[in-house]
Amino acid sequence: MLKYIFGILMLIGTQFAHAQVEMADDFRGEGKIYVVIAIILVILAGFFFLLFKLDKRSKRLEREIEEK
Amino acid sequence: MGYLLKKDWWKWLCVVLLTYTVIGGLLFPVPKLPILNETIRSLHFHVPMWFGMILLFLGSVIHAIKHLRTGEIKYDIYSFQLANMGIAFGVLGILTGMIWANFTWGEPWSNDPKQNASAISLLIYLAYFVLRGSIQDEQQRNRISAVFNIFAFFLMIPLLFILPRMSDSLHPGNGGNPGFNAYDLDSNLRKVFYLAVIGWTLLGYWITTIAIRLSLTKQKLEDA
Repeated sequence: MLKYIFGILMLIGTQFAHAQVEMADDFRGEGKIYVVIAIILVILAGFFFLLFKLDKRSKRLEREIEEK
Repeated sequence: MGYLLKKDWWKWLCVVLLTYTVIGGLLFPVPKLPILNETIRSLHFHVPMWFGMILLFLGSVIHAIKHLRTGEIKYDIYSFQLANMGIAFGVLGILTGMIWANFTWGEPWSNDPKQNASAISLLIYLAYFVLRGSIQDEQQRNRISAVFNIFAFFLMIPLLFILPRMSDSLHPGNGGNPGFNAYDLDSNLRKVFYLAVIGWTLLGYWITTIAIRLSLTKQKLEDA
């Protein structure tokens, strides 16, 4: 019996310990994290676009020199 | 290397993986750990810089050996540009690590064994560029820097993986513990982390291929 009580207390204890750790739950709850994700994704997309363009340009230059 | 220079599919893989990294890395549930709190998500951005650096340096040393065996200039170009990108990843790793450490460990540089060792290995690689820049004769430059590259790579392994583990370190997985112990049980982090490593490494490699293209073209013009 004592074991069970102790076990339950431990369980509550660990739950409590978890609740103590401060996370940005409110920030997430308000949906503001999506704004951050959108911004990062737009920046990533921009860089990817530039990279693909740069890739194309250097390949074209390669071909031009090859043809000469 | 020649195959990846010609093909494009892995660039789209990079786009997909990094998009997934940002969305999954910021949205998926993470373990609630004291001290780290929400910054545990930096795992998907800071740590891949180091993994990427090691992979790029590995590519660099492989091509350095190939250059020594065949004497072909293209292998020297591959090796040099990969080392270049590896350094960039290492610098980004140190900078992001300092920001993260400032929050979790209280100061950007706490002389943690792994911090010091990574700074030393970056300095060794910087010496590679100094060495390259100081030799006039091209053939000699390529051969000597390839030899130094091998030396630098095999010095980095004990510096990053063995020495920090022999002393107490603030980094997880050090001080006698196997790597990733602290996060080991969390499958949510793993779902993003491994793919993030591949994604970031591919991005570095992608930029490297453009630099390689330019160098190869320049070489062709000089030969012609």
